[in-house]
Amino acid sequence: MSDLLVIGGLVKRFGGLAATDGVDLAVGEGELHALIGPNGAGKTTLISQISGTLAPDAGHIRLQGQDITRLTMHERVARGLARSFQVTSLFRGFSVRDNLALAVQARSGSSFRFFAPARNERALFEEADRLAQRVDLQDRLDTQASVLAHGEQRRLEIALALATRPRLLLLDEPLAGLGPEESARMVALIESLRADCSLLLVEHDMDAVFRLAGRISVLVAGKIIATGTPEQIRNHAEVRRAYLGDEAVGA
Amino acid sequence: MAAGTPLHHAVRWALVGPALVLLALLPVLLTAIDQPFYLVPATRILIYAIAATSLNLLVGFGGMVSFGHAAFFGTGAYVTGIAAMHGLQSAWLAWPLAMVVAGVAAFAIGLVSLRTRGVYFIMITLAFAQMMYYVFVSMKTYGGEDGLALESRSALGFGLSLKSDTTFYYVTLVLAVLSIAVLWRVVNSRFGRTLQGIRENEIRMEAVGFPVFRHKLAAFVIAGAVAGLAGALAANQTDMASPAFLNWHQSGMLLIMVILGGVHSFLGPAIGAAVLLLLEEFVGDMTTHWQFYVGAVLVAVVLFAPNGIATLAVRRSRV
Repeated sequence: MSDLLVIGGLVKRFGGLAATDGVDLAVGEGELHALIGPNGAGKTTLISQISGTLAPDAGHIRLQGQDITRLTMHERVARGLARSFQVTSLFRGFSVRDNLALAVQARSGSSFRFFAPARNERALFEEADRLAQRVDLQDRLDTQASVLAHGEQRRLEIALALATRPRLLLLDEPLAGLGPEESARMVALIESLRADCSLLLVEHDMDAVFRLAGRISVLVAGKIIATGTPEQIRNHAEVRRAYLGDEAVGA
Repeated sequence: MAAGTPLHHAVRWALVGPALVLLALLPVLLTAIDQPFYLVPATRILIYAIAATSLNLLVGFGGMVSFGHAAFFGTGAYVTGIAAMHGLQSAWLAWPLAMVVAGVAAFAIGLVSLRTRGVYFIMITLAFAQMMYYVFVSMKTYGGEDGLALESRSALGFGLSLKSDTTFYYVTLVLAVLSIAVLWRVVNSRFGRTLQGIRENEIRMEAVGFPVFRHKLAAFVIAGAVAGLAGALAANQTDMASPAFLNWHQSGMLLIMVILGGVHSFLGPAIGAAVLLLLEEFVGDMTTHWQFYVGAVLVAVVLFAPNGIATLAVRRSRV
């Protein structure tokens, strides 16, 4: 398995606190890699550095062998690295269709076009419709994003990231705040994404993580303390002590 | 298929059509009722309609509340005045030059100020505009505090003269319709949708791959250039490039026009310009405290039509 994303010696300090403390991590082509860890372990800080909202103090991030450590977020997106946000981030005042069409527009040619009405670009809206179908929002195309149910908003969030046609998708707690039914739906959606791209999944729901992930890395206090298959992680002594506890391991 | 999207701002010909006819016939109508001198304030309204609409590209569509739009308006006025002083009288050269220089100024100011957001952006655009104000006030060659008198109005050729109020009115009307139509196309283009996406959620725009800063800067340059054209016309109308064109009062007045008319409606700012200047014209005749009444109207609009006068006119749909 060739590595799509390689992170080496990544460090991010906030004052005296090393939120990311020499992280090495690799995500393979076609892999679903989960990142778990207790609250405050630095998971979102790490995701922010990978996606480009936060600049690391040291270390490097490579995507398909190219160094992307200093690239802006939109430059990374153009290279196939997209993310979803832990706190849903949508165009709340726009319809589902416009949300998606705008995201499609980002990667389908220049937006420095000042005169032709974008509304007439069928391709944008057809692709938006397909994406809505993909996340089961085809009946909500004309609904304003702000009035969607929470679960629907979470799925739109995923669809916005998918619109960029990522090679690697970073999912930051996609199950956060979802009820059991919506959770099951989201897990099925994430499972279906494996056909399209590699995934780096940050999630607290251990059932989902152990079910979905091919490999799991455990982040504790800014350091990766273990990486392995779900089986290896479940039986890893240090992980059990630091994080999982007996209850989760039994799951 | 995507009809009714709030991202697309359709032309309401039922309202715009009659308004255009009225504007085209205005000189005839005013002569008929023997009040031809009202052409001058009508021209002034058109000039400010251009400036306010350009500002709204930033405020209403890009979410960038600029408190320094007078910088570009004033630049346009001064370029026209300075060009005339050095012998460049032709409107065909001086006005595009005013737009280019105002656009370049917007590029430079935008390059720095667009790195900030919210209140900081308001303050930094204000600061830049005030800097420009003091630069022009200190240039004694170009009139200093007294402003630069235009030796003559820009030359149009074709036997037309801007000294005629009617000619000036029609030239301004044509340019107002043209520039507002162009801005309308811009708002509905890919670029315009991008801009509205940035207003809605800047981080999300970055996260789906838009180079947000570049789009904001381009919008800033377009708005600045169009304001420069309005400034060139204003210099011609008042026969001078005055430092008052660059003052923060001017920026504030343009913002009031935008807010009064409605930031989310495309023609709102033009309506706001008309309302504000008509108030100034008629209430100003009755009392020197006309600004008190403007304040009262502004409070009423904020309370009863928070989306601007334009939404009152057409009951919550967009003009």
